[in-house]
Amino acid sequence: MNVQVKLFAVAKQLVGSEIASVELPAEPTVADLRTALARDFPALSVTLASVVFAVNAEYATDQTRLSTTDEIACIPPVSGG
Amino acid sequence: MIEITHEEIDSSALLRAAESNLAGAVVLFLGTTREMTEGRRTRSLVYEAYEPMARRKLAELADEARRRWPLTGCAIVHRLGQLELREASVAIAVSSPHRQDAFEAGKWLIDTLKEVVPIWKQENWADGSCQWVHPGQPPSASRPDTLESPANTPQNAAPTTNES
Repeated sequence: MNVQVKLFAVAKQLVGSEIASVELPAEPTVADLRTALARDFPALSVTLASVVFAVNAEYATDQTRLSTTDEIACIPPVSGG
Repeated sequence: MIEITHEEIDSSALLRAAESNLAGAVVLFLGTTREMTEGRRTRSLVYEAYEPMARRKLAELADEARRRWPLTGCAIVHRLGQLELREASVAIAVSSPHRQDAFEAGKWLIDTLKEVVPIWKQENWADGSCQWVHPGQPPSASRPDTLESPANTPQNAAPTTNES
């Protein structure tokens, strides 16, 4: 299945887009997403080691399952304040 | 009062939002744009956020602070976009019957905000370079000279020189 991932800060800069579109295997998890992003966007590979993902605006783990209707975001280490 | 804004922060509005007849103390924290960081001169900062999640996380922080301390008021505003020196990027106002709780809650709120709320800061250095700030990232991934305009490179081009 295909998912769109929102990108921010250095992840957006490295990919050159606010959205990354990736193809995932059936019944994917966040871990599968991480693998697919590293495969399709090699510029992100170093950064991916330190990012977490949000699913429907809530922090997820690598075990979190993804569905086509989820809003998915790549969250590099935050630096607000 | 929990807000993400692109406008200048009105700190007196936060104080009004936090005031209460039951309060004996109001603490206001402002995070401001600092010119010097480890010897480097900043020209301006740019903040961006994953806004729906950032707003939700700020509301969760305010709820948690009210559970942990007997607060009579709690207001948080974070600004996005470009900020010049001295301008406030974040403001937190908390009130409580006694000052210790307001000081502790205010410190916990800004410390926790910096750890969990999906907002990012870009340094625009005075030498013309810019750099997203990502605490804990390997330094090689955030040196300004490694991040020259990769936004202009096509997707999948994998410019490995960007990491050198």
